[in-house]
Amino acid sequence: MTAVTAPGPIAAGRAPARGSGAARLRRRARSVLLGVVALLVAALWVFPVYWMVLSALTPVARLRATTPSFLPVRPTLTNFESVLGGSGFTSALRMSLAVTGVTVLAVLVFAFLAALAISRYRFRGRRSFVLTVLFVQMLPAEGLFIAQYKMLSTTGQLNSVLGVSVLYTAAVVPFTVWMLRGFVSSVPADLEEAAMVDGLSRFQAFLRITLPLLAPGLVASGVYAFLQAWNEFTVALVALPAESAHTLPLWLRSFLQASANRGVNWAEVMAASSLIAVPVIVFFLLVQGRMTSGLVSGAVKG
Amino acid sequence: MADTLVRATPVRATGRRPRRDPARRPARRRSGPAYLLVLPAVAILLLGLGYPVYWQVVTSLQEYGLAQQFGQPPEFVGLANYARIFAADDLWAVVVRSILFCLVNAVLTVGIGVLLALLMRAVRSWVRVALQVSLLLAWAMPMVAAVTVWRWLFDWRTGVVNWLLVRIGFEGYAGHNWLAQPLSFFFVATVIIVWMSVPFVALSVYAGLTQVPEETLEAARIDGANGAQTLRYILLPMVRPVLAIVFLLQIIWDLRVFAQIRLLQDAGAPVSETNLLGNFIFELGIGRQDFAGAAAVSIFVLLLTVALSWPYVRSLMKELS
Repeated sequence: MTAVTAPGPIAAGRAPARGSGAARLRRRARSVLLGVVALLVAALWVFPVYWMVLSALTPVARLRATTPSFLPVRPTLTNFESVLGGSGFTSALRMSLAVTGVTVLAVLVFAFLAALAISRYRFRGRRSFVLTVLFVQMLPAEGLFIAQYKMLSTTGQLNSVLGVSVLYTAAVVPFTVWMLRGFVSSVPADLEEAAMVDGLSRFQAFLRITLPLLAPGLVASGVYAFLQAWNEFTVALVALPAESAHTLPLWLRSFLQASANRGVNWAEVMAASSLIAVPVIVFFLLVQGRMTSGLVSGAVKG
Repeated sequence: MADTLVRATPVRATGRRPRRDPARRPARRRSGPAYLLVLPAVAILLLGLGYPVYWQVVTSLQEYGLAQQFGQPPEFVGLANYARIFAADDLWAVVVRSILFCLVNAVLTVGIGVLLALLMRAVRSWVRVALQVSLLLAWAMPMVAAVTVWRWLFDWRTGVVNWLLVRIGFEGYAGHNWLAQPLSFFFVATVIIVWMSVPFVALSVYAGLTQVPEETLEAARIDGANGAQTLRYILLPMVRPVLAIVFLLQIIWDLRVFAQIRLLQDAGAPVSETNLLGNFIFELGIGRQDFAGAAAVSIFVLLLTVALSWPYVRSLMKELS
């Protein structure tokens, strides 16, 4: 591996002169081979995503042919039209937007305030608060959803935006507190102090100095909360049993089930999947670096 | 809001003794505002997670059957629910299946992830970027959409997988229904979960590998270490912290697999033979309305998760101090 990138002189110093030409050739072959393997793996990994989009653009008759075609031939949007025209999509979209909107707002406000507290104050209970936050982010929905279902059903909040948003916010706040904490501590408090010396009030200093510096962190946390709430399936399954209250992931599942009754129309199902997946993929690409580093930070820096 | 003193001398600046150093803006070191700031977060956590955990503990210790559904007050029965649930064979079958499934998936995911990370190090940068982009695309797929696409790929009639197998000579796979038997059902589930989880592992480990200083590698090279030796004695030991965390997270995540199984079961799989822990709880609680039994199993899952999470949380705490 390292030999691949080793510059000439060192390699030559090691290898006896007679073998150096053959050795270089072997290294070169190895490097090409690894490159080919990497490209094959890349193709393999992206194939399901590609296949989803391709199938969505293919008329269902061609999709049912015995030999699949792996390249787009006369792509069509009819599948999308019939999915969008069908029942349920608009209502599910509205529900998803409502739940996601409430969750993102609540998460941003709650997590931001808590992050300020733990990065700018030393208070009694701070350590246990952080420890709790870190622990509860690990609690699986699968170990809690019976109780959450029971809680919502006894308070009459099943199938409501509020009920499911409370559960989502509680699930997402811990990680976002942790994420924002890093951003808040990276903005020096001295900056605010300096602005106040220059005559701004504390609130003005915060608004004009600190907040703009925190904007990237808030955006990243917001997108993270968006992704979590938008894609969530398990809690939605128990908290939103009524068809009319389905969010998009639940809608996709019932769409597939309904289609299965008449021998699945995979073209339409893939169009439905693409409608959900494509916006998410775009958002995800914007925020992923921050998510990876948040999860394994501490380990990397060791 | 900001407190410079805190940042400079964290030890002195405890909220408990706010007025020891009156010259430096004593009012700013009160911890009162801090409590106000964490209040909303604490409240939502208590409501969304705290109360459910409390309810589960209480319910798991009570008789909570159909009679209680119709208004009778629950009766304290101690650990009877646990005894009842854990005496039944079906739970143990699910526990063993879940643990096996979890281990197989975690090992495969981390193994493949590490291999891909090493591959990324070895190839030219444009090849690496291609690999990274395709991993990111797979990672970004919403779970429900991903399972749906895989159901289409493994579709028994017109799926690509069967078509390909027949093409390369396995005639028996024409019309093969993967999701009908438990073993091939779990094979498909494993493929999906590994496909979804490898990107996180590969990219994290790759990030860890890039932190290994070039001088160290140079030194190894001068000492005559070959590729395998460099890997074994330099690279892997240096990324061991990342590997440990990633493997632990994978174990925790794979133990809670629920939705993928549930969505694959829709295709007509034998439910009782393909349930994992989460599915078992769902069926017990929502399906059979045995809330006490479901609560007992949930507590078991939560305890298992907390025990497994401990090293991870501790490593994150290190970053704080």
